Amino acid sequence: MEMKSLYLLIALAPLLGSALAGLFGWAIGRRAAHVATIAGVMVSAIGSAYTLNYLLNGGEPFNGNIYTWLTVNGIEYSVGFLVDNLTAMMMVVVTSVSLMVHIYTIGYMSEDPGYQRFFSYISLFTFSMLMLVMSNNFVQLFFGWEAVGLVSYLLIGFWFKKPTAIFANLKAFLVNRVGDFGFALGIGMVLYHFGGSLNYTDVFAAAPALKDATIELIPGSTWSLMTVTCILLFIGAMGKSAQFPLHVWLPDSMEGPTPISALIHAATMVTAGIFMVSRMSPLFELSDTALSVVLVAGSITALFMGFLGIVQNDIKRVVAYSTLSQLGYMTVALGVSAYNVAVFHLMTHAFFKALLFLAAGSVIIGMHHDQDMRNMGGLRKYMPITWITSLIGSLALIGTPFFAGFYSKDSIIEAVHASNLAGSGFAYFAVVAGVFITAFYSFRLYFLVFHGEERWMKVQHDDHHHDAHDDHDHHHGLGPNDKPHESPWVVTLPLVLLAIPSVFVGYIAIEPMLYGDFFKGIIYIDHEAHPAMATMAEHFHGAAAMTAHALQTLPFWLALAGVVTAWFFYMKAPQIPAAIKRMSGPIYTLLENKYYLDDIYFALFAKGSRLLGMGFWKVGDQALIDGLLVNGSAKLVGLFSRVTRKLQSGFIYSYATAMIIGVLGLMTLWLSGVIAR
Amino acid sequence: MVENLLSLAIWTPIVAGLLVIATGGDKNANTARLLALAGAALGFLVTLPLYTQFDTLHGGMQFEEKFAWIASLNINYHLGVDGISMLFVILNSFTTFLVVLAGWQVIEKRVAQYMAAFLVMSGLINGAFAALDAVLFYVFFEAMLIPMYLIIGVWGGPRRVYASIKFFLYTLLGSLLMLVAFIYLYFQAGYSFEILKYHTLPLPLTAQILIFIAFFMSFAVKVPMWPVHTWLPDAHVEAPTGGSMVLAAITLKIGAYGFLRFVLPIVPDASRELAWLMVALSLVAVVYIGLVALVQTDMKKLVAYSSISHMGFVTLGLFLFAGNELNPWAIEGAIVQMVSHGFVSAAMFMCIGVMYDRLHTRNIADYGGVVNRMPIFAAFFLLFAMANSGLPATSGFVGEFMVIMGALQVNFWAAFAAATTLIFGAAYTLWMYKRVVFGDVANSHVAEMEDVNKREFLILAILAVMVLGMGLYPEMFVKVMHVSVNDLIAHVAQSKL
Repeated sequence: MEMKSLYLLIALAPLLGSALAGLFGWAIGRRAAHVATIAGVMVSAIGSAYTLNYLLNGGEPFNGNIYTWLTVNGIEYSVGFLVDNLTAMMMVVVTSVSLMVHIYTIGYMSEDPGYQRFFSYISLFTFSMLMLVMSNNFVQLFFGWEAVGLVSYLLIGFWFKKPTAIFANLKAFLVNRVGDFGFALGIGMVLYHFGGSLNYTDVFAAAPALKDATIELIPGSTWSLMTVTCILLFIGAMGKSAQFPLHVWLPDSMEGPTPISALIHAATMVTAGIFMVSRMSPLFELSDTALSVVLVAGSITALFMGFLGIVQNDIKRVVAYSTLSQLGYMTVALGVSAYNVAVFHLMTHAFFKALLFLAAGSVIIGMHHDQDMRNMGGLRKYMPITWITSLIGSLALIGTPFFAGFYSKDSIIEAVHASNLAGSGFAYFAVVAGVFITAFYSFRLYFLVFHGEERWMKVQHDDHHHDAHDDHDHHHGLGPNDKPHESPWVVTLPLVLLAIPSVFVGYIAIEPMLYGDFFKGIIYIDHEAHPAMATMAEHFHGAAAMTAHALQTLPFWLALAGVVTAWFFYMKAPQIPAAIKRMSGPIYTLLENKYYLDDIYFALFAKGSRLLGMGFWKVGDQALIDGLLVNGSAKLVGLFSRVTRKLQSGFIYSYATAMIIGVLGLMTLWLSGVIAR
Repeated sequence: MVENLLSLAIWTPIVAGLLVIATGGDKNANTARLLALAGAALGFLVTLPLYTQFDTLHGGMQFEEKFAWIASLNINYHLGVDGISMLFVILNSFTTFLVVLAGWQVIEKRVAQYMAAFLVMSGLINGAFAALDAVLFYVFFEAMLIPMYLIIGVWGGPRRVYASIKFFLYTLLGSLLMLVAFIYLYFQAGYSFEILKYHTLPLPLTAQILIFIAFFMSFAVKVPMWPVHTWLPDAHVEAPTGGSMVLAAITLKIGAYGFLRFVLPIVPDASRELAWLMVALSLVAVVYIGLVALVQTDMKKLVAYSSISHMGFVTLGLFLFAGNELNPWAIEGAIVQMVSHGFVSAAMFMCIGVMYDRLHTRNIADYGGVVNRMPIFAAFFLLFAMANSGLPATSGFVGEFMVIMGALQVNFWAAFAAATTLIFGAAYTLWMYKRVVFGDVANSHVAEMEDVNKREFLILAILAVMVLGMGLYPEMFVKVMHVSVNDLIAHVAQSKL
């Protein structure tokens, strides 16, 4: 088969499945809906794997257009595909995680009345995400970018009766729109200054000549074109990849069903920003200022979002903050020009974080939709597969040697260490301290859920409403005589399948992706200006050596310390966390309130713009324009007609008086010379 | 090839309208409806050859027709379309078909008159888009208001009198000034009302500025631009669903079309001089009106304000000069936005109409959880809400995107202000959607709502196809306008002083 047709098939198969399940779900039923969507995604997954294999074995990358979307000024803007190693890797990650999530959903959503709709949405998401990563131009990238945002909106608000869910989805969409606002302007800068084309190839070819170009956004002060463009594009990434200060939507997105938290809000969509910046490396490499912005935003996210993970009691929210923190790590890697490390961490993270989320979902099923970790404990006896796979995922996340996360996270830390960019000192502190925090909150979760006392036996179920059975999401908690039970095979099979790459993918992929030719000609690094990757390459002597060397490095011991602390706090001496909570009063309150950012944003932006709108409406439209101008001129006309009506009184003497006054007035003017004689 | 396609486009619906009136009282209502539908369908079909037979390689006017009308004053029945006006003739005839369908069961009193008013208006609007003689244009331009007054006045809401008087006040002054401008041009051009002759007529700057102001007063009210926009929310609130659809989809476009056909080519130097003012007013419309839309409690008012904000993109795109030259992204974006807004606003008003027919209220607070009762409707409404928010792959994205791209090439901060619509547009549209559609069933009235019937489904589906089609393949619309737009840009770049 011609490769172009294959790529079309890969992209469109999930769309077809989605259309079948979404438009005809009512007719074909639940089973056919999941068969159709899973078949579509399976086609994409197999096609993607084939593509990656084809490229790894010397196949030609593809860069071609499908159809002309728009012509302006004689230049064509097309829908088209660029399939190289970076794209192929993303395609494999997206379709494989998506396939796992599709299968998992059969079990997780089995009792939900919106079953077909859910399958339709997740397949639509897969299509959108594929369009995003496969694009060969900025417009289609933006299309995929916003389309995944739409599906995210639909899925966060999937349980549309829940007030918190429909608040969260609106919030997610609007915060992402703030990012897209910057992104759109960034695309505009590219279109205007880089030669009029929006094709990656053309833009990247035009970029080097513009390295020192400046623009005057405010008269009198010159700005580097490249810096402005890259920062605007990065604002888009901050929205989608939830970087501080646009991160606020991601924790709330946990209102959506767990399968999509795994697929969209952990493994794939939120990494779109990381992918985008990596794709744009030929641009970002030309601006140190932009890279520093990227680095600092990432560092803040990596460290401060990690702190928030410590104080959460909702199992999904812990994983969500962990995702934020890990996205921060990836962004840090981008900042120090270690794009391949960022993408490498994106890949390993996709597997182990999808695993952790799906495992959390399995726990939630086992707990009958109770998500509070304080009500869990000792689940390892009842849910062995979930337990083991969770442990694997957690070990991968904290960077245990040989597990996937170790290679990617350690490489990020080393890359930051080797960087000399402004801000890299803070970044290094953030990513190293983050290791301890990550290990601590991950194993806090692990111990609270799977070990220790079986606290669910003691929970009082005052708030237990069994009468609300159709409110699928509101009934939660185990009944008085219930015991947690392992989830069905459709749930556990994806866990096992995701656990495999969570262990091995790092060891296998580190050498080609970081130090080999995998990204050759795709990711561009100016090794002279940004030597981090080059320095690391000098010290790299194979994955095995790196693993052995780990025991002598700080991150390993920090991670271990985090695990031990968690064990001590939550297994050995549970009074300590309570005591710390009491003693650290204001800090704890600050963390519990997420640094008050949600409240500040809500007051400032949501309420502020409504206040402004109300002011414009009441004062501008109603008082000034309608009151003064429109009704005013109506009144003026009325007044005028009243006056003229009085003039036409019909009495001769008033006409005569007016005439005499007029004549006298004119004569005076004539005599005094105002009117020319 | 059929001759006189434009005359057919104008007179088919008018004749059909007169036939519909002839059916008389409401006892023949069904005959009236069927006849109206047939007339509207025929009226739409005769416009299609305008697209298929359009010559995209050559500029100038096509399908021209010219007969002497009032020979003594040199007034001609002169018609013709270029790649810009052709689109609006088709869009208008298309919308008329949907509007007849939309009023099918909803209108029960004076059915024949209602349908006839829309058909006649459709023909008159086609006339305004196709006229190449100033007097002919003026006649169509003014005459099309009469059916609209009737539609609002007879089938409208409780405050229809206030709304129509307000509209009247707004338009009167502007129209008269436009007539004065035409008379001035008539003498300057050697006793001619030929619009194309005006295009090439040299004019001193003072005269140009005065003519600009005269036209501005007329067209800015129609668009409507801030600050002469306050008639629109009132008119929409009082108009029946079909009236709102035509008002938003077509009538507003005539204002923007006026800037394209009259202001830019006739007074290019004044346009350049005053472009800053147009850009400023447009950006106020985008930002200020966007915020005003956010706080509306009445769905129709909200969408009306949203219309003003979206039309701000049109006027912004039309007046983005870099030096002497208009920006092609911005101009074509503005035209795309005009067409797209025709689909999206019609769809939004249709959606509100569907809900209004069930609950007889437009208050956002009276709704909540509509999706529980009307899932199919909710899906359509979401698509149109997303188009209204400018989501890529819908038509709403294309125009906004192109105008933002164009604005950035002229002035970064204009693009910056315009791009805030990504945030505000989504905020007011989706916040309304959330409160109306999502959530649990809010009250017993919502609980009784029934999902769309076949007729409503058909209308929404047709609009959905257009919204998605234009979003996925805008080239179909843009390719016919290139030559005309390039001619316009070249023409406006020449000084007429």
